[in-house]
Amino acid sequence: MADTSAGERASRRREAVRGFSLVSPPLLYALLLLAAPLSAVVVISFWTQDYLTLTPGFTLDNYEQALTRPVFQTLLSRSLGVALLVTAVTVVLAFPVAYYVSFHVRPERKALWIFLITIPFWTSYLLRVFLWRVILGYNGVLNTGLLGIGVIDEPLTFLLYNVNAVIITLAHAWAPFAILPIFVALEKIDRSLLEASHDLGESRVRTFLRVTLPLAMPGVVAAVLIVFIPTIGDYVTPSLVGGSSGQLIANMIQVQFLRLNNAPLGAALAVTTMLIVGAMSVLFLLFTRRYLRGQQ
Amino acid sequence: MSGARIPWLYAFVLGYLIFLYAPIVLLPLFAFNNSTTIAFPLQGFTFRWFTELTRVPALHEAVKNSLFVAVVTAISATILGICAARASTRYRFPVQGGIMGLIMLPLVLPEIIVAMSLLVVLLRLGINLGLWTVILGHVLICTPFCVAILSSAFRNLDRSLEEAAFDLGESRWSTFRLITLPLVLPGVISSLLISFTISLDEFIIAFFLSGAETTLPVYIFSQFRFPARLPVVMALGTILLVLSLLLLSVAEYFRRRGLRQTGAGDSGGFL
Repeated sequence: MADTSAGERASRRREAVRGFSLVSPPLLYALLLLAAPLSAVVVISFWTQDYLTLTPGFTLDNYEQALTRPVFQTLLSRSLGVALLVTAVTVVLAFPVAYYVSFHVRPERKALWIFLITIPFWTSYLLRVFLWRVILGYNGVLNTGLLGIGVIDEPLTFLLYNVNAVIITLAHAWAPFAILPIFVALEKIDRSLLEASHDLGESRVRTFLRVTLPLAMPGVVAAVLIVFIPTIGDYVTPSLVGGSSGQLIANMIQVQFLRLNNAPLGAALAVTTMLIVGAMSVLFLLFTRRYLRGQQ
Repeated sequence: MSGARIPWLYAFVLGYLIFLYAPIVLLPLFAFNNSTTIAFPLQGFTFRWFTELTRVPALHEAVKNSLFVAVVTAISATILGICAARASTRYRFPVQGGIMGLIMLPLVLPEIIVAMSLLVVLLRLGINLGLWTVILGHVLICTPFCVAILSSAFRNLDRSLEEAAFDLGESRWSTFRLITLPLVLPGVISSLLISFTISLDEFIIAFFLSGAETTLPVYIFSQFRFPARLPVVMALGTILLVLSLLLLSVAEYFRRRGLRQTGAGDSGGFL
């Protein structure tokens, strides 16, 4: 705008100053307790540690170890695989539920449904993970139930203390985080578009594929990222139900920090993991953005 | 539009709800089960796990610690949340997106990264670990939730009400106190309750940063190693379940009342 008057500019500056001063307490907090510590982790990942003393310096040894030692490679690739699988399972299972609540539940009852879906999320995470151990164990609910009705002759052992248990438990833990963004995206869809599609002779399935699904994509993308990124760093689930074959990279980071006293290596592992996760998320966003644009 | 029911979709949703609720239903079952092992078949009804809860001093200490941490966290995170939500909904300022992104970042950051980076810095600075360091971490991860809840409360606010008060000679602060705050109060209460609940349940940060003092989740985690203690943990879990259901119902009530007051439609959900 060329003819912005001086008064308008002054008022805009006043607004900026007020906004800044108001946002400064939470901003300072985030800078001091989030940005600074995260930067510190990056710096420390280039240091070395000898028993309890950290030695400042610059070495790429930690990264070399993080990327080349077989134990770290195994954990990292397993973590990525588990996170991808958990994300896929969670989002695919969540979509129909979000669709049902958005399209088949009466408007005045939607809030109640969302409340119902979020309740399990608000109960103790530790206890939920532990209860999956009760359900999936050798003498667990599932095995005794299946034995009782005669479906199996001896308890299934592939359920607990391995990667399967980690995937089931995480898919359960992250369910509401996948359902809510998809639900919000579905709610935004203008219903008259669907009627138009029907009127123009499209079948219900084709309407879903060509109208509903593309318009719901922002929600699906959000759900994928919200589930995928934190799942990589989950520590409780693998340590409670994963057994030795279900340990993930977060467990190794914890061990390096708290038990082996090798903070630089732990930091390098954490930075490597976050870089890979960040790169995958950016790639995913680029891919879906192009896909979304192609749909319009 | 409420299209015709699709039977398989309905069946799928029911199955999914069973999956969601399966672990939670087991909690009260085993809390009242008269057996030291957590397995079917159930052995009869008992209250003894609940009475045993009253005889564990370590647990009482952990509950007290957790309540302290959760109360301080809820108040601090809500105050920070009010600042950020008000600033981002009412004013335009440079690098707003970046600043809000940084404040909301803990929402998508794995908790172990937050916990670990704080631990590194606190140890380097020579700060002793304890309840206050847990609070530092909890405020960080609760603030984004508070901002999300409070932003929608501030956004639904009719700005002309504030302008009217301003025109009638109230100062900016008294306008905020007399007009804005009462209207967003339901959002504030809901934000307090949600951050209280998150802090009470948070384990990873507490595990890294609590040092010698234990919070409730850290105590529960330590009990998992002793199978004989598990029925007591189930009883404890049942009490926590009932409490968090109560808290959430109250939070939901206030959130809806807030929406009614500001005349906005219900978009559902906390997140």
